[in-house]
Parts: sequence; structure tokens; C-alpha cells
Amino acid sequence: MTGLTLLMVDTDQTLQQIKQQQLPILIQTTDWQSKYRILMQLGKGVPAFTTDLQRDEFLIAGCDSKAWLLHEYHQQSGRHYWAFDSEARIIKGLVLLALCQLNGLTNTELVQINFSQLFALPGVQQNLSPSRQNGLHAVLKKLSQQAGLPG
Amino acid sequence: MNFDLTAFRAEFAFFNQQPDWVYLDNAATMHKPAAVISAEAEFYQTFNANVHRGAHQLSQQATQKFEQARDTVAEYLNTRAREEIIWCSGATAALNQLAYGLMGTVLHPGDRVLISALEHHANIVPWQFHCEQLGVLLDVIPLDANHQLDVAEYQRLLALKPKVVSIAQVSNVLGHIQPVAVMVQQAKAAGAITIIDGAQGILLQQPDVQQLDCDFYVFSGHKVYGPTGIGVLYGKRPKLELLRPLLYGGEMIQQVSFSGTTLNQLPYRLEAGTPNIAGAIGLAAALRWLQPWDHLAIAQHKQQLLQQLHHGLQQLSGIELISQLQNNAGIIAFNIKGEHHSDVAALLNQQQIAVRAGTHCAMPLFAAIGKSGAVRMSLAAYNTPQDVARTLVAVRQVLEILS
Ligand SMILES: Cc1ncc(COP(=O)(O)O)c(C=O)c1O
Repeated sequence: MTGLTLLMVDTDQTLQQIKQQQLPILIQTTDWQSKYRILMQLGKGVPAFTTDLQRDEFLIAGCDSKAWLLHEYHQQSGRHYWAFDSEARIIKGLVLLALCQLNGLTNTELVQINFSQLFALPGVQQNLSPSRQNGLHAVLKKLSQQAGLPG
Repeated sequence: MNFDLTAFRAEFAFFNQQPDWVYLDNAATMHKPAAVISAEAEFYQTFNANVHRGAHQLSQQATQKFEQARDTVAEYLNTRAREEIIWCSGATAALNQLAYGLMGTVLHPGDRVLISALEHHANIVPWQFHCEQLGVLLDVIPLDANHQLDVAEYQRLLALKPKVVSIAQVSNVLGHIQPVAVMVQQAKAAGAITIIDGAQGILLQQPDVQQLDCDFYVFSGHKVYGPTGIGVLYGKRPKLELLRPLLYGGEMIQQVSFSGTTLNQLPYRLEAGTPNIAGAIGLAAALRWLQPWDHLAIAQHKQQLLQQLHHGLQQLSGIELISQLQNNAGIIAFNIKGEHHSDVAALLNQQQIAVRAGTHCAMPLFAAIGKSGAVRMSLAAYNTPQDVARTLVAVRQVLEILS
């Protein structure tokens, strides 16, 4: 993966791990305490943004906590990579769950993803505050724009 | 002293409908007792008509109810005259009317307005906006180390002879009660027009505006057990006469021709358009309902809840309390060290504890205390010791999940 920044490479490694380990567990976990405990810890595995990356141009508007999303398109392989950070652990966890399902996909693979289902973690999303839901919606919108998808 | 909490709480149907929730977001809006809901319903079912204009008896009845509601508020605040009560949609609308209405009439370029660092945006932004347009200077009383208004700085800023001083009775973030009675006296001595934002203070004790002697006092109905969309701008009559209306149209006008328009008298001059009739009736019902309860006993009950909450949080490790217990109207702002306030609120929400997290429409306050936000728990008289106990268990659970 030459040409990708170190941040993207590190993040991708963790995302693949999340996809294989935590995501299946999370989907099966029914008690909310365990679910949130896992969700809250997800962010710890990915590198936090340095202050120079916490730039306004990467800021997602509409979150009640600050959140930054970075995207890189790898020309050679035709794959999309993301990195994300947020002040709030729940947002970071939920977005990482979404990203682990997208990261490293090509354009043709991305079209087949149901974006509206990306955050559909049973028992969590419906309990988020309206401003949080808006925030997640804003992330989704930016993600699909960056992936070159309509809407 | 006598306060039957069970009976008091039973007045609120909400708690029957949502028995699993602990509601600690009372500074945002309060629940309404049956008396308020039925007064609004009765109006719509029985008297619904527009006020002050119909040729029919229904309109006369509606007008009578509406004007009686004004009398109720006037009595509650102990005004000199009923015309001193102006209906508006809430504290925000009242403060906007004041900022706009004083510009060019009382305030001229180079004059000063004095507010404080703990104001709600509704008592900052209208001033900021209009002051800048007219070249009026806006001064801010800073906070001291205990997050109280800095009294010495207040004296210094008063010496600059502000024409208007506008301050909150209670901080909506911290719950800290401000010494408004003294501050009004000092501001008057300095020659200023005085405004009290009573949005969080109206429940502290029944305000006596003659005794407070402020020129204006504003509050919202929904923070005193009343409906949303209705509020009150109280003003001394000569001071109300100074205000340039923010809105034009409807009953506020006496004569219109294209060569000119004459405005109606107070209070109508400042009440353009069809008012929130049901809201006014509902607000009056709230005050009438509230009055007979033993206010001292209610205050004591709230203080007990506040202590229980404050002490309970204090005993948990990792909690950073921002509010002080002394001189507090019933609000605790806090953070969990190293955690974002919105994560804490989300985990409380998961446990059906309703709180607010963020900067609570008071960003300058957070800048002053050097924090990016806080979790806010605000108590009301219908909250129970069990509510607080459940909340403390829930906070412990949050600490555990985040650890
Ligand atoms: C101190 C203070 N002032 C003004 C307001 C604005 O009240 P409203 O939104 O009802 O107009 C609030 C509401 O939170 C408040 O707490």
C-alpha cells in the first residue's frame, strides 16, 4: 500500500481487526452494558489525530462533540481508506464500526453497501440523542460523498 | 412547614405515562400539572375565539379569560399595574424586545451595556448584535475563582456608567444564585436601567418586582410549570413606554393611514399579532396552581435533593463537580474526568436518566471556566429522593463502563 499515509495504514489494520473480532461479538451481545463497554473501547485501538489533523477542513459539521474524518483514495489499487477521530467515545466507536465495513473497498464494492444500515447496531442507535443522530447522519453523508456515491 | 411530595408528584400525569424515567432536565423545560393542561384544553373546547376583536360574545369571553390571566401574573409578581405585564413567547423574545427596544431610545453610540459572563445566549447575543450596529459598548462582569460574579469587577464596571445592566438571577448551567437584589440597587445608584433574566429564577421564590425594584423582569412559562411558547416581559410603566416595539401589526395599533400610524397603549403596544391565548391562560393556571403550596417547604425539599445529589457525586471517584452547593437553585453541572460530557449523557440516557450535556446555550461561561462542556442535572420539586438514588447508581454504572 505504498502511497498511503502511516495513519491510514495503522487505522486500516485496526479496522480489519474490529471487523473480524469486535463486530461479530457486538452484533450478538444483548446486554447494553457489555455492548457499550466494547463500543467505548473500540476507539482506543486506532491512532488519535494529532492536533494538526484536527483541522477545520476535516471537521464534520453537526456533531455536538467534535469529529474529524479523513479520506484517501489509493490510485494504484483503486481502494478507499478512511481515518476518524472524535472527542466522544460513542461516536468514535460507532463510526469505526461503519468504517470497518467500508475501508479498503473499491468503487464497485462500495456501490453495493447499504449505507443507511452502517450504524444500525441494535439497541444503540435508537437511544442516541437527536443531535448525535444528526452527527452520525452528517458522517454518513460525507462518507458517501467521499466514496463518490450519490446522496 | 408541610410538603406532600406524593400528592405534588401525582399532579403530573407525565410520571404515570413514563414511570421508568428519571427526569433531571428541568432547567430546559418542566412538566405540567393537570391544572395547566386542563386550563388550555378548556379554553380550546369552550371559549376558543380571538381576543380584543370579535363582535361576538365568544370573543368577549376569550378576552376576559386572557386579561384575567394577565391579572394573575401581575398579582404573582406584585406589579403596580396590570399594564406592566407584556405577553411574549418566552424569555428569549422578551430579551430581544428589550435589546432592540432600548437601542436609539435609551442607548446611543458610545453608551455602555453591562451583562455578565454567566448569561444564557439569549441575554448576550441580542445585545451583541444591536450594540455593534449602533456603536454601543458591551461590558461583561467576569467570574471569580468560585464561578460567582466578581463583585469587585462589577463595581469597577458600574463606575463606567452603563445605561443598562442585564443579569441572570440564576445561572442556567451552574445553578448559582446571583445577588440580584443588591446588584439592582447598585446599578440604579449608578444610573442604569436594570433587567433581570428570571428564566431560572422565577421558581426560586415568588418575585416581588416592587421590592426588587428592577426596571424589567423576564421569564418563560415553560420553566414555571406552564406551557411552552408563552412568557412575560414585566416592566415599570415609564420604562416600557421607552421601548421601541420589535413587532408591528394587529392590536398594537390604534390608527393606521398611509400618512402615519399611531400605536395603541400599553400593554397592547408591545403585543403585536394574535397572542398565544391558550398559553397565557395556561401560564396563569400554573401560577394559580403553584401559589397555595408551601414554598418554603418546597425549597427545603429541593435543597435536600440537591445535597443528596451533590454528596453522592462527590463520593464517587473521577467526578469533577463544577457547581457549588452553596447558593444553588437546584442544578449540578459536572464532568467525569477524562471523558466527554456527551458520552456520559448517552450512558445515562441508556439508563433512562434524562440530563443535558454540552454548553447549555452559555458558551462564554464555559470559555470563562476553561471547559468544553458539562453534564447538567437540574432538579424540580416533583423529583424524589428515589430519583436521586437511582441517578447515583446510574452514574456509578457509567463510571464502570468507561473505566
Ligand atoms: C437563564 C436563561 N435565560 C433565558 C433562557 C431562554 O428561555 P426560552 O428558551 O424559554 O426563551 C433560558 C432557557 O434555557 C435560560 O436558562
